[in-house]
Amino acid sequence: MARTLINVPPKAKRGQVVEIKTLISHVMETGYRRNETGVAIPRDIINLFVCTYNGTEIFRADLHQAIAANPFITFFTTATESGTLEFKWTDDNGQVETASAKITVE
Amino acid sequence: MTHVRLAGFVAVLPLICALVPSLATEIAPENRRSAYADMSRETKAMQDDDTANPAMLSVLDGEVLWSRKTGAADRSCADCHGDATQSMKGVAARYPAFDAKSGKPVDLEERINLERAEHQKAPPLRFESDELLALSAYVARQSRGEPIAPPNDERLAPFIAAGRAIFDKRQGQLNLSCALCHDDNWGKRLAGNIVPQGHPTGYPLYRLEWQSLGSLQRRLRNCISGMRADVPDYGAPEYVNLELFLMQRARGMTMESPAVRP
Amino acid sequence: MTDKSYSHPTRRAVLVGAAGAGAFGVAPFLTLRRAEATPETMKAAIHRLIGESPVKKGKVTLDIPPLVENGNTIAMSVAVDSPMTEANHVKAIHVFNEKNPQPDIISVHLGPRAGKATFSTRIRLADSQSVVAIAEMSDGTLWSDTVEVIVTIAACLEYN
Repeated sequence: MARTLINVPPKAKRGQVVEIKTLISHVMETGYRRNETGVAIPRDIINLFVCTYNGTEIFRADLHQAIAANPFITFFTTATESGTLEFKWTDDNGQVETASAKITVE
Repeated sequence: MTHVRLAGFVAVLPLICALVPSLATEIAPENRRSAYADMSRETKAMQDDDTANPAMLSVLDGEVLWSRKTGAADRSCADCHGDATQSMKGVAARYPAFDAKSGKPVDLEERINLERAEHQKAPPLRFESDELLALSAYVARQSRGEPIAPPNDERLAPFIAAGRAIFDKRQGQLNLSCALCHDDNWGKRLAGNIVPQGHPTGYPLYRLEWQSLGSLQRRLRNCISGMRADVPDYGAPEYVNLELFLMQRARGMTMESPAVRP
Repeated sequence: MTDKSYSHPTRRAVLVGAAGAGAFGVAPFLTLRRAEATPETMKAAIHRLIGESPVKKGKVTLDIPPLVENGNTIAMSVAVDSPMTEANHVKAIHVFNEKNPQPDIISVHLGPRAGKATFSTRIRLADSQSVVAIAEMSDGTLWSDTVEVIVTIAACLEYN
């Protein structure tokens, strides 16, 4: 089932600064909500998001409970060379979700 | 925590009492507007950008489910309906529709389950389950931009009338009716929110309050519980009748599915 | 309208429970739960991340709507004025809040390859409060911006 949505411009000029948008489905359970019987629902959030560009880290974010459900993160990077952007989300249970996108740099 | 809720409830009470309790007057067709118009710049941006709209995650899931073979018949939706972008165009804009077999109207989610039972020999998907929402979001997405076009079917008349009666009926601890807020007092503020006209232009939608996608039925249940009235179970005929009436009331307005709302 | 329906908290709690019993396991998000963080907790969290160096106002623009429709999902972006060269760039941007149960919101790590020291996301705020964004520069200096946000509650509180 698709759980991520990535927006990376497919083409860019060398040196151009491009915007990257990422969206992933995740409940981002804070640990403070209670169910109908009053029992606290355990915390379960994505706590780390990393983006690499041909293997080099270009963006890293430590997320906390205050990040809204279905985390949406946008950032910028300089188009240096053609290649692949890899995205990795890690949650409290150690589960990892990945996605990737190709970019052609002229 | 409870007394904060109480404070909120008490604060809202005089505002509700101040609402004009006039005869429910329908909104003139040219005055109808989607709640989209009253949203903040940021929330509008969230709906307008497919990569920012969390509902699109469900649409993508629905696209996968559309082609997945399922049930004892081992058939996918695509096997009969082909390319949804063609075959499903305009469908959500004309639901609920009359189901001849059962002799009553059904909404989109119920239609999906009927199709599953009849043609895929598959069990029904639970209301508000990820799968049912994904499929209805994917189908509804194919009606985005289309005008709401409820069928001109005589058989629907008694059900539309029943839906209208629910809309006009005062109910619950606060003795409110849908019409009182959404026909007579739309555009005014209720505890910091602008009262919308209540048109179903964007369902299923991502509601910020839910932090998830939800159906029109879920929203209606929330409204009814918010009015402190008895909430019928999912699948109750009251919902389809009300949805049918709401679509008639919104005839001609543009579908936005899947939308984002506060 | 009598006072009976809302002067007894226990009766309201029972009503919530009864409505909830029919629900399909959807947990109501209890907004405005008593927040546990304080301005002191926020200060402590800031010091934990960036030490005791002085933080100057400027260079950072924290963009959050001053009045939000729903505290569950609030669009936020942070932009820092910086050439983003190897010699002079933003290393990290940290965002904190005052009244949520936890003071930390997000910490973003950048480098000269970013081109622009700007990012955006969506956050949750439990109550009306201040939000602070602090940028850590490559030369060790710290810059910040603060925004006061008003968070309203929904008019028709619902019990799913």
